[in-house]
Amino acid sequence: MAGPEPLVNAPSTPLAIEAVGVVKSFPGVLANDHVDFDVRQGEIHALLGENGAGKSTLMNVLAGLYRPEAGGVRVAGQAVDLRSPRDAIAAGIGMVHQHFTLVPSQTVAENVLLGLDRPRFRLDLKRTEAEVARLAAEIGLRVDPGARVWQLSVGEQQRVEIIKLLFHGARVLILDEPTAVLAPQETAELFTTLRSMADAGRSVVFISHKLGEVLTIADRITVMRGGKVTASGIDPRGVARSDLARLMVGRPVLEALKRTAVEPGRVVLSVEDVSAHNDRGLPALRGVSLQVRAGEIVGIAAVAGNGQSELAQVITGLRACTGRVVVHGRNIAGRPSRVAIASGVGHVPEDRAGVGSAPNLSLVDNLILRRFRHAPVARGPFHDEGAARSKAQQLQVAYAISAPTINAPVRILSGGNLQRLILAREIDSAPSLLVAVQPTRGLDVGAIEGVHQLLLDLRAQGTALLLISEELEELLALADRILVMYEGRVTAAFDAPGVHHVDAIGLHMTGGAGAAPEERGAR
Amino acid sequence: MTIRFEPRGEAPPWLSPVLTLAAVVVALAIGAVVLAFVGGDPIRTYLHIVDAAFGDIGVLSDTLVKATPLILTGLACALAFRMRLWNIGAEGQFLLGAWGASAVVLWPIVPAGTPAVVVIPAMMLAGAVAGAVWGLIPGVLKARLGVNEIITTLMLNYVALAWIQFWVFGPWSEGGFQQTVPFAREAWLPRLTDFADQFPLLAGLTTHLGLVFALVATAVMSVVVSRTRWGYEMRLIGDNARAARYAGIDIARYVIVVFAISGALAGLAGMSEVSGVVHRLQDRISPGYGFTAIIIAYLARLGPWRVVVASILFGALILAGREIQPSGVPAMIQGIIMFCLIAADVLVRYRIRLGGRVAATT
Ligand SMILES: Nc1ncnc2c1ncn2[C@@H]1O[C@H](COP(=O)(O)OP(=O)(O)OP(=O)(O)O)[C@@H](O)[C@H]1O
Ligand SMILES: [Mg+2]
Repeated sequence: MAGPEPLVNAPSTPLAIEAVGVVKSFPGVLANDHVDFDVRQGEIHALLGENGAGKSTLMNVLAGLYRPEAGGVRVAGQAVDLRSPRDAIAAGIGMVHQHFTLVPSQTVAENVLLGLDRPRFRLDLKRTEAEVARLAAEIGLRVDPGARVWQLSVGEQQRVEIIKLLFHGARVLILDEPTAVLAPQETAELFTTLRSMADAGRSVVFISHKLGEVLTIADRITVMRGGKVTASGIDPRGVARSDLARLMVGRPVLEALKRTAVEPGRVVLSVEDVSAHNDRGLPALRGVSLQVRAGEIVGIAAVAGNGQSELAQVITGLRACTGRVVVHGRNIAGRPSRVAIASGVGHVPEDRAGVGSAPNLSLVDNLILRRFRHAPVARGPFHDEGAARSKAQQLQVAYAISAPTINAPVRILSGGNLQRLILAREIDSAPSLLVAVQPTRGLDVGAIEGVHQLLLDLRAQGTALLLISEELEELLALADRILVMYEGRVTAAFDAPGVHHVDAIGLHMTGGAGAAPEERGAR
Repeated sequence: MTIRFEPRGEAPPWLSPVLTLAAVVVALAIGAVVLAFVGGDPIRTYLHIVDAAFGDIGVLSDTLVKATPLILTGLACALAFRMRLWNIGAEGQFLLGAWGASAVVLWPIVPAGTPAVVVIPAMMLAGAVAGAVWGLIPGVLKARLGVNEIITTLMLNYVALAWIQFWVFGPWSEGGFQQTVPFAREAWLPRLTDFADQFPLLAGLTTHLGLVFALVATAVMSVVVSRTRWGYEMRLIGDNARAARYAGIDIARYVIVVFAISGALAGLAGMSEVSGVVHRLQDRISPGYGFTAIIIAYLARLGPWRVVVASILFGALILAGREIQPSGVPAMIQGIIMFCLIAADVLVRYRIRLGGRVAATT
């Protein structure tokens, strides 16, 4: 991907867009404190920063969603007044948000037309479809313009979002944590696309917490912390990951995890020959069996869409299945989630906004989601708001959840802070089995280190953990055993996994090792 | 010039209550313009409405009589709406409640001459149960089969009216008129005027015990929604049903129970109206209380005590409708208030921009 000497690093390259002295505050927080930020034509500019640093806020200012209290935006050297996303689009700026904004029941072409003034009267879908196909081909994306959005995978939906922006004439594309939801293969494809767009003279702003990715793709890097830019104009060729990590969180990040030797105890979870369908009614799990013991972390490695999400739902009582799901000797398969919760099963769900939280309710209400049935929050039929608040306060401090007050609705939390809230709640409920799906998605490097340590501490206390993650590094750092899932089956198992297994695991994840199940990795 | 609606990021918390009040004020202003346009004197008309509804203790009492069924049906709607269950069948549940209460004395379920301390509770129970059954039908259909409750509750209103008409034209008709015989005194809810012997001041005041039911129901609901586990679980379901399921809450059961309670409240309103005001069953027992209740719940932003305030406002408008010529004026104001409320809701979520100007682009 690293081509010849990138032109864009020459300071003479014209600026595509600039934020000058942008100030934006929310009640209780100064999210952007006199931020200067610029993007050159034809460059991929990575924006880094810890959770709540103000990255999404700054991008929302550039995309016309928020109006800054001071400072402004220049496009190609001209000051512009962006009062709405329409103005931003007219100025050639488009943004793909952390949560997509497509209409699932409509086709790709119809979605692409949304939000445009033209055509005024008659929809010429045929023409749009042809244009979409052309744009897609130009930047090396594959999409079927006639497909309905709900049929598309997350990665494909993201492509549609990008094409929509191009169709609207965007010259500057802002992508807010685009790779958080992508499998490694999809990330590589996205990067190819981004590079070809940059080569064609478009500019890309790219937010990510994955430093490796940033070093691969970025031409320039800017770092934010606490609403301010703390480092800018960083050339990725001259820095190491550890430097970036230190710039982001303000201290060295060591990932020196304290991992105590734990002798696995009795079997806490036993999944026996479980099969289940996905939301579209297709088989997602085909006879999965596995066991997790107390004090053991079992990792599931799989490319998105190979049944790992459904596995988590089956164990936590959110999806019907056949077969047996035995927790502490009790079969809870097909029982409602209340039974799983009562059996001590904690769950960090994949979809934090859609499943893991109630967006319009307060931090308090969301933090006691696991505790409202028991004292001290429950007193008979009564709900002790005082007890709920003090619990929430305690968790907010202990897990450094940044929010103006505990009464704020959780929809205003930054992506990483919402994830912290869910983790705080689930870990604090002291589960005897924790099913954690992508627990560090969207977290900054400092927070990831903290969460990894918390998971190891749970293990040391004798909790059984099922860790489902697309980050192989994370699985290797934490898991005592790794199971690979492919097309709804467990196709390989690795005991005491190490870096030397990466290739073998990767091969199994893509189904490359044939159908030989239950291959045992050597120690 | 073009007008555009643009989504707001985050509406400040004071905006919604302020806009609600503003909607009422704007509605009154629009009403005034209309009145002036047709040659009326808006100020005098409004003063007259205030006078007719709050002018002295007698009309104030009448306003409260009108507000009583509105509070109970308003609570019924507000409770269901909190869970995003669109129960627009309070009217039918009200009618069934009135029918159930009447059945106690007309069927008769209790023999003639039974003392009031037995008859009244029996009527309350029968009214609430009949309303609850009428709420359970859409509740169960929704919870078990996923049937849209808007359609079922709306349709059941017509069924309920036909059911009432059958009884008042047929088995219970008083000599062929579309009403039943008056109830015996034991089946009347006590009114203030009934105590005029001891307190002469109360003579003529028709406010009845139903108001106490309504206020007790308001207090109970207020505690339940803000201070109990059920209130918490309802908040969760109302905001994100998937999160509620994840939290282990049995949503289907809540749908059924909330529909039953909602129906019971509306049914109690029907009981209070036949037993406290009309003292017989007739097919025109409700001037659309169950529908006005939807506006009230909305105006009150689902807050129980605010339902009481909104009900008194609408009670006053209904009462003034009898005083004012043309009587359509208060009905018109009701309509305009509803309209302005919906418009205000748009303003909470969107910002209006005039003109198609786009900021300096070269
Ligand atoms: N609509 C809002 N209302 C109030 N506060 C907000 C709102 N949006 C963001 N904030 C606050 O502003 C700060 C910056 O948030 P922002 O979303 O920009 O962070 P971020 O850098 O994108 O973090 P992350 O990596 O976690 O996504 C946070 O403290 C957040 O709570
Ligand atoms: Mg963000």
